[in-house]
Amino acid sequence: MLEAVHLSKSFDGKPIIVDFSQRLETGVHYCLMGPSGCGKTTLLRLLMGLLQPDAGEVRGSSKMSAVFQENRLLEPFNAIANVELATGASRGEIERLLMELGLEKESLFQPVSAFSGGMKRRVALARALLAEYDALFLDEPFKGLDDETKARVMRIVSERTKGKTVLLVTHDETETLGFQPISL
Amino acid sequence: MKRSTSSAKAFSPWAAVFWLLVWQAAALWVNEPIFLVSPLAAIQRLFQLLGVPTFWQSVWFTLGRILLGFGLSLLLALVFSVAAYRFRWLRELLSPLTATIKAIPVASFVILALLWVSSKNLSVLISLLIGFPVLYGNLLSGLDSTDPKLIEMAKVFRIPFCRQLQAIYLYQVLPFLRSGLSIAMGLCWKSGIAAEVIGIPTGSIGEKLYTAKVYLETADLFCWTLCIVLLSVGCEKLLSLLVDILIKEAAARAGSRSSV
Repeated sequence: MLEAVHLSKSFDGKPIIVDFSQRLETGVHYCLMGPSGCGKTTLLRLLMGLLQPDAGEVRGSSKMSAVFQENRLLEPFNAIANVELATGASRGEIERLLMELGLEKESLFQPVSAFSGGMKRRVALARALLAEYDALFLDEPFKGLDDETKARVMRIVSERTKGKTVLLVTHDETETLGFQPISL
Repeated sequence: MKRSTSSAKAFSPWAAVFWLLVWQAAALWVNEPIFLVSPLAAIQRLFQLLGVPTFWQSVWFTLGRILLGFGLSLLLALVFSVAAYRFRWLRELLSPLTATIKAIPVASFVILALLWVSSKNLSVLISLLIGFPVLYGNLLSGLDSTDPKLIEMAKVFRIPFCRQLQAIYLYQVLPFLRSGLSIAMGLCWKSGIAAEVIGIPTGSIGEKLYTAKVYLETADLFCWTLCIVLLSVGCEKLLSLLVDILIKEAAARAGSRSSV
């Protein structure tokens, strides 16, 4: 369980998060929707401990995993190495998931610098899903995926995150996966 | 910008030949080998010296000590740059020290160092002192240039620091290390030889230079200078080659990391 208690955060005097409180129960999937610039990513960063709040606190500690707004991959490394570095999952497990996410087997051994945006996004997703975690934060995780791939990836995310706390951030109503909505 | 940098570094054989001809013409014009020997005379003398056993003894004496000093400076720079990157207080503590070492003239260091160590090992200490701030500064700049977003990623996924060093920082640091090694190697040779000329340790290149100056053996002076330049450039090129191999190796390992 993770709990945001009266969180506030401003940048250059401009309030972004104001007195935000929310309990994130174990095993519940949440979806945070809102237009760009409303503070969704800031809230995720606060919850992940990557930003210090001006006021309030985040209670409860848990192992986290994330898909960041950017892919944050090691460009010279191949897809498997990127996932392996962050997760410690076996090579077979990584290969299976990456292929399930729609990557060709041959591409798994190429540096991710040669990948398209959508391919990189799926590597970032595989890394997040295979990491050991209690709470998973997904910041626009389906960005850059075509409709067919998106549908497949969304199904995999729903299946693989059962029993875990998930907070999904999106501005697209079709990407909410039926998760419990929360608002800023 | 890139174009001007590469043109500044370009080395054309015709330019080298031009300057050798200028040197030869100047030597002919001066017509006094004590003041200026011709390039031919210097090369002739170099070939003579190559056959003298003491020449090679002096080369090994100086080469070994300067490389030892350089190696120690690299080792210390690696340890302290990583530590200073992690601990801000250490970075602040070392900042005036490295700035002072950079500012102090080599000659002052040499005279001071002669009070602490024997002249025999002077070039080790001086190379270490001169090489350290350059390598430390470059390595720290490389570490500082690491993408903070990747560091955040590593934090979220709880990647151990030693693995972060290998996978994230190494790629950022290697180009900085390459340029630092090249600059430091040149400086170590210059300062190490200066130390030997002042300390005059028996059997060193510095001693040979000093003797050449005392006895006005200008051909020997040019010959030893040429030898120092060749050794310095040779070490620098070898080191750059080594780092390039390391970069390629690291990239290849990254590419096939799944099998590791």
